[in-house]
Amino acid sequence: MRRERLKKMAVWKFASCDGCQLSLLDCEDELLTLAGKIKIAHFIEASRAVMRGPYDLSLVEGSITTPDDAERIKEVRRESRTLITIGACATSGGIQALRNFADVREFTSIVYARPEYIHTLAQSTGIADHVKVDFELRGCPINKRQLLEVILAFLKGRRPNIASESVCVECKARGNICIAVAKGVACMGPVTQAGCGAICPAYDRGCYGCFGPKEHANVNSLRADWSEQKGLSPLAMERLFHTFHAWAEPFRQAGLAAKQDLTPEIQRIEAECE
Amino acid sequence: MATLSADIGVTYRMRAGDLGALFSTLHAANFLTIGPRLSGEAIILEELNGPEDLPVGWGDEQEAGRYRLRRRADQAFFGYNLGPESWKKFLTPQRQLLWRARRQGATFTIEQPERLGGGPQQLAFIGVRACELAAIRVQERVREVSGQPANDLIDAKCRVATPFLVGVTCAQSAATCFCTSMGTGPALGPPGSSGVGYDLALTEFPSEDDHHFTIEARSERGADIASHIPRQLATEEECDAVRQQSDTTAALMRRHLKLDKPAQLFQDSLEHPHWDEVASRCLSCANCTLVCPTCFCTNIEDTSDLSGDVAERWLRWDSCFHLDFSYLHGGSVRQTTRSRYRQWLTHKLGTWHEQFGSSGCVGCGRCIAWCPVGIDLTVELEALTLSPEVTGVQTGKYEHP
Ligand code: SF4
Ligand code: SF4
Ligand code: SF4
Repeated sequence: MRRERLKKMAVWKFASCDGCQLSLLDCEDELLTLAGKIKIAHFIEASRAVMRGPYDLSLVEGSITTPDDAERIKEVRRESRTLITIGACATSGGIQALRNFADVREFTSIVYARPEYIHTLAQSTGIADHVKVDFELRGCPINKRQLLEVILAFLKGRRPNIASESVCVECKARGNICIAVAKGVACMGPVTQAGCGAICPAYDRGCYGCFGPKEHANVNSLRADWSEQKGLSPLAMERLFHTFHAWAEPFRQAGLAAKQDLTPEIQRIEAECE
Repeated sequence: MATLSADIGVTYRMRAGDLGALFSTLHAANFLTIGPRLSGEAIILEELNGPEDLPVGWGDEQEAGRYRLRRRADQAFFGYNLGPESWKKFLTPQRQLLWRARRQGATFTIEQPERLGGGPQQLAFIGVRACELAAIRVQERVREVSGQPANDLIDAKCRVATPFLVGVTCAQSAATCFCTSMGTGPALGPPGSSGVGYDLALTEFPSEDDHHFTIEARSERGADIASHIPRQLATEEECDAVRQQSDTTAALMRRHLKLDKPAQLFQDSLEHPHWDEVASRCLSCANCTLVCPTCFCTNIEDTSDLSGDVAERWLRWDSCFHLDFSYLHGGSVRQTTRSRYRQWLTHKLGTWHEQFGSSGCVGCGRCIAWCPVGIDLTVELEALTLSPEVTGVQTGKYEHP
């Protein structure tokens, strides 16, 4: 039998915390088997030995925040047959996209002694805003079981079993009692894509939305419920929507809408202070 | 205690303190007892060792999108209303392995998982309410009619070894219940002519000085079990009290569902503007279908392992609220939440009749209580059956522009 050429995989980092790459290293039990199935050709976090491209599969972590990175991602795309992004940063700009709502120059002038050395873009954006992405694996960080599934599906040339449904489905599968209904907790689960295994509700915390908006995320309805039935303040709502996926469209808008509701409150407090 | 034979269809009186005998007799007959248990913020269904595991003295308060446990003034064992879980948790589990293929050299073998009913123990369900028996029957019919691929697997438990069913009359309804409208409760009703039925029917009277039950055997094995429980013939008043209890529960039912021509619901409401209104609130999160005791849709998931030597086929719960559920060649048919909610409601209340000979709804109210934004099908239906001109109705507690 002719030995098949092993496919080559590369892992790339952009603006990120490395947590998603760690999820790959975290696949301790499976990593060796995986290494026998796919050639890990470029993974600086794990090894300094790098092979040149092109690569059959590229996993991209992180968001685009600098002019250099905006160029580098194009190079990565050119070198990659299949490009899969991993994590919230790569999907929608990550938590660092919070700066998109403010003036970066102002930040840099406060934080850095010599702000003129800082070359940064006005916004932190996901990879798909810059190049074609073949598949987005969600999560902050990603779930390692899902990561293996995506790589496996790639190797077999099949569709990965990654559901687009809500976190609620995983809550029910896990046997969690819905804390939104039974405790009145503001939970992002109904508008967030499954994948984490409903970890937060299992520990009595509302979902933080770290897997990003599910398809058809009806954020307005949830916001109305939070304010009418759960008495959530606009500030708390803004925080919930503007965290891990602040720049993902439905969450971006919902957070901004909550902020707008906040304006009269701020004005009132300011007036009182005067 | 000497065994005193019990007759089918005769009502006996049993002291609350003797409820333990029901469990021990079932255990002696090799049944695994499953029933309501307090778990954190709700009452769920799990294995029970004895009456001490029941939610003694606990009740609940339910409304659209809201569920809260409440302490009762008495020590009732069954003083709660339905929790989020239904018996489908055991009859059609969330995930079931259908088969596993293993590569062996140039060929492969198929392994079938152990049949569900093939285990050493049969199941006994304790505390099956009237609407829940109705739901088990609905799922039975669905299986018969549709002949799903998982049929024999589910049959293994449901028909070859039908669980032992202990029914309990509802002494009160939750605000979300509407079984009277669906003709499924709250009385345990006469023994079913066909299909699954109760083996034992209990009614609880939790007064402080005379906490007791009435117990009636509905099947031979039910009579067998009852014969081991200390009891005496119920007096006429005690028999009347059973009827009175369910009559009072029925009279106090607060929600109602009215649908004159279910078969026409779909055609009549197809372009109703109210679907857009519901869609503006619905999160397409699928909680309603997951808690519904009759929703049966599943999906097939094929997995392969890293070595490439083992492949598995799983059956898992799916929902008509999922985008991927209606995925056909070229994409999903039901792209909008409007079309997904419409599919759910018109199937459940309308086309279900045509397909399975009954309504798909038994009036348990779970979908109302466990919808995170409190969407209430009884209210939506009311708005839908009003003529399209009369829209803009204020629906439920949620008002959206
Ligand atoms: S706890 Fe949150 S994620 Fe879980 S079912 Fe309730 S709303 Fe959905
Ligand atoms: S009706 Fe309620 S529970 Fe059902 S999908 Fe819509 S929001 Fe979720
Ligand atoms: S549709 Fe709702 S009320 Fe009817 S059986 Fe299902 S969960 Fe119960």
